[in-house]
Amino acid sequence: MARQRLTLLTGLLATFVTIYLLWNLRGPTGFILSLRAERLAALILVGAASGTATIIFQTIANNRLLTPGIVGFDSLFVFLQTMLVLSLGGLGYTALPDTPKFVAETACLVGAAMLLFGLLFRKGAEDVIRMILTGVILGVLLRGLAGFAQRLLDPSEFAIVQQAQFASFNVINDDQLTIAAIAVALALLASLWIAPSLDVAALGRTKARTLGLAHDQLVLSALAIISVLIAVSTALVGPITFLGLLSAGLAHLVLRDHRHMVLIPAAAVIGAAILVAGQAVFERLLGLQSALGVIVEFVGGLLFLLLVLRRPAR
Amino acid sequence: MIEIENLSFRRGAVPILLNINLKVPNGGIAAIIGPNGAGKSTLLHCIAGLLTPANGRVWVDSVDVYAVREGERARLMALLTQHAATVPRLSVRDLVTFGRWPHHRGRPTREDVYKVTKALDVFELKEMASQDVEALSGGQRQRAFLAMAYAQDTPWMMLDEPLAALDPKYVRDIMDRLRALSGPKRSVVMVLHDLSTAARYADWCVALKAGRVFSSGSWEDTATSEALSELYETPLRLETVSGGAPVVVAGD
Repeated sequence: MARQRLTLLTGLLATFVTIYLLWNLRGPTGFILSLRAERLAALILVGAASGTATIIFQTIANNRLLTPGIVGFDSLFVFLQTMLVLSLGGLGYTALPDTPKFVAETACLVGAAMLLFGLLFRKGAEDVIRMILTGVILGVLLRGLAGFAQRLLDPSEFAIVQQAQFASFNVINDDQLTIAAIAVALALLASLWIAPSLDVAALGRTKARTLGLAHDQLVLSALAIISVLIAVSTALVGPITFLGLLSAGLAHLVLRDHRHMVLIPAAAVIGAAILVAGQAVFERLLGLQSALGVIVEFVGGLLFLLLVLRRPAR
Repeated sequence: MIEIENLSFRRGAVPILLNINLKVPNGGIAAIIGPNGAGKSTLLHCIAGLLTPANGRVWVDSVDVYAVREGERARLMALLTQHAATVPRLSVRDLVTFGRWPHHRGRPTREDVYKVTKALDVFELKEMASQDVEALSGGQRQRAFLAMAYAQDTPWMMLDEPLAALDPKYVRDIMDRLRALSGPKRSVVMVLHDLSTAARYADWCVALKAGRVFSSGSWEDTATSEALSELYETPLRLETVSGGAPVVVAGD
């Protein structure tokens, strides 16, 4: 049953992909298609990375309300961007070569994410409330520091930082896309490799350990995978806090299955489908009058509130 | 055999277990009894290797439980904790299949499928195998968790208050099943609060009081009316009702 539903979801994604590529195709077809294909690849990568990372994060945190964004990752990204602009200046920042900047930013985010998540999980994994609060407080602290630093910037530099705070799929660099694709593909393979262990981890640390799972080791591997997925996706297009929550929530809802071997691909496919469908509507129907990221955040935020109000955390 | 040597455990600065020295032989049912806060569950978790003591060592069938890896430990003993959690939309069969994890590590073989089916059979869960665990009653749920521990197919089953909040019908049902399962090849160690149940089913008794071993030995030799009264600091009498079943009665 779950596999059939996964196949249906994949079919749905394929439909959205076709619509995105072929809808309103006029003029120099080859050029437009290559442009759209590039953007499409970015949408699929980011959607898949975000969905997968959130499913894994929720499992090791034993809580289906969490996303890496909620516990401070997005604030970390904004803080890093602000510090970069502050230290290099607006001109220095924009003059940075794109690909090395992307690689350095990704590496920096992976390292910082491992530190942040490591700190949250070191003592708090058993106490979810404490973990969320620590994450939220760290997020507030980082945002506060970023806000303070932003006051020191001149208006043009501030505009650069502000632009980096919202996800954008409008300009995608080929080299960055290739690097991101390789990193995300490897991380997805690794997540499928640990999928059976995640099933056991979902029972909670104590139970998992009584079943012979090296839980702490698994959490470390999972955090490394999550960090790579979120860092690559954020460095590529910017932060989207609630996309993962939306994809993971829908994956659970549609599949009604506890096995990560199907949940992970489902969340990845749903994440990609949401972005592709959303971008198709924004580009073709609304003429790019708004940013897709803003709407995803709005819908995802509403879902988050709904989940919080509807049921207990677990 | 379980052998415990100079085991002490602290939670922060608070001592929970103090210099425990014990031996529990293989076979049958061993009950860990004692007043609230005596350290019963902590002792069970230390034996299962889930808690690391301040000092001391524990061997189960000559295996040092703190020196082996989780996988090997999980093939030696199954532990059923209080308030065992599940995940949403987990069927009874899936839950019991988790019991085979230490053996198949995520890639079940035919033998694993057979043992899961056998566990469902032993605990009469076949008819509800596809039901959601969260939809079961307390007694059925506990049976499902016991089936999971049974499917783990270990020489030792450690059960932390498996009868808590169950009505007498389920208590008897579960204890009869455990009695039937225990034998030379499978030993059951369980934390029990109900002394009458312990008196009826336990072969071995470990009594703890304030983190120390109060007494340890065969149930008949150890759990006398005087010893139980002293252990719980209240008058208790061990009596035999018609049919020969022992009960523990409060009062002089």
